[in-house]
Amino acid sequence: MPNPSKRKHNANEQAKYQRIASAHVPKPPLARNLVTAFAVGGIICAVGQGVLNYFVSSGMTFDEAIAPTLCVMIALSALLTATSIYHHIGEFAGAGAAIPITGFANTIVAAAMDFKREGYILGMGAKMFIIAGPVIVYGVVSGVIVSAIRWLSR
Amino acid sequence: MNYLIAFLVGGAICALAQLLIDVLKLQPAQVMVLFVAAGAVLSGIGAYERLIEFAQAGALIPVSGFGHSIARGALMEAERIGFLGLFTGAFEFTGGGIAVAVLLAAAIAVIASPKA
Repeated sequence: MPNPSKRKHNANEQAKYQRIASAHVPKPPLARNLVTAFAVGGIICAVGQGVLNYFVSSGMTFDEAIAPTLCVMIALSALLTATSIYHHIGEFAGAGAAIPITGFANTIVAAAMDFKREGYILGMGAKMFIIAGPVIVYGVVSGVIVSAIRWLSR
Repeated sequence: MNYLIAFLVGGAICALAQLLIDVLKLQPAQVMVLFVAAGAVLSGIGAYERLIEFAQAGALIPVSGFGHSIARGALMEAERIGFLGLFTGAFEFTGGGIAVAVLLAAAIAVIASPKA
């Protein structure tokens, strides 16, 4: 028959162990992830604002400046991807690097580099859009439908 | 001043995306698709246009701005030339970026190989 006082002792030990162990379990990195995503995503958007301001100050209207701004940001991202810098930014910032248009461009360039080994046509050519493709597909599907509804109901 | 607003709004959009990734355990690619569609829908009700007026690049640079730009281009061309404009306008703002991405991706892939 087990000794009740010993069992109680064990339970105490267990509770103590739980307390000590839980203090050492790594905290879920949610807060850190949110802060880095916010900071890096914000910085990328501020850089984009600089490019946009440059085009507007050089005489373009705001609407005219949108496409060139996207082009410049995408080109910057392509260069950072080629030098594998964007990969490190992505590991650090998660969505902060993925959600800006630079992350979209990064997936295209990285896929092109990765799938080159499967050949230039069925590898690089076919799989360049392996992640960016769905973004374009659902962007066009939702964008054209939404605009059609708005245009028809004007 | 518009740098600060772009930083805050762009950062907030990215933090929201990170929250979806961590809490709902979504893949980044799924969140990108979600945001591009959300941008298009918000564009349809006119909300994203107001966000861009306020935050400029902070709303344009995230992929939700990409969805908005597709919707906006389609609507703009539809108002200009009619029904077919819905299709010819879809890449009005975004086509240049896609062209640059494809061209540079091809050039870089030929020159460089990924690091192991």
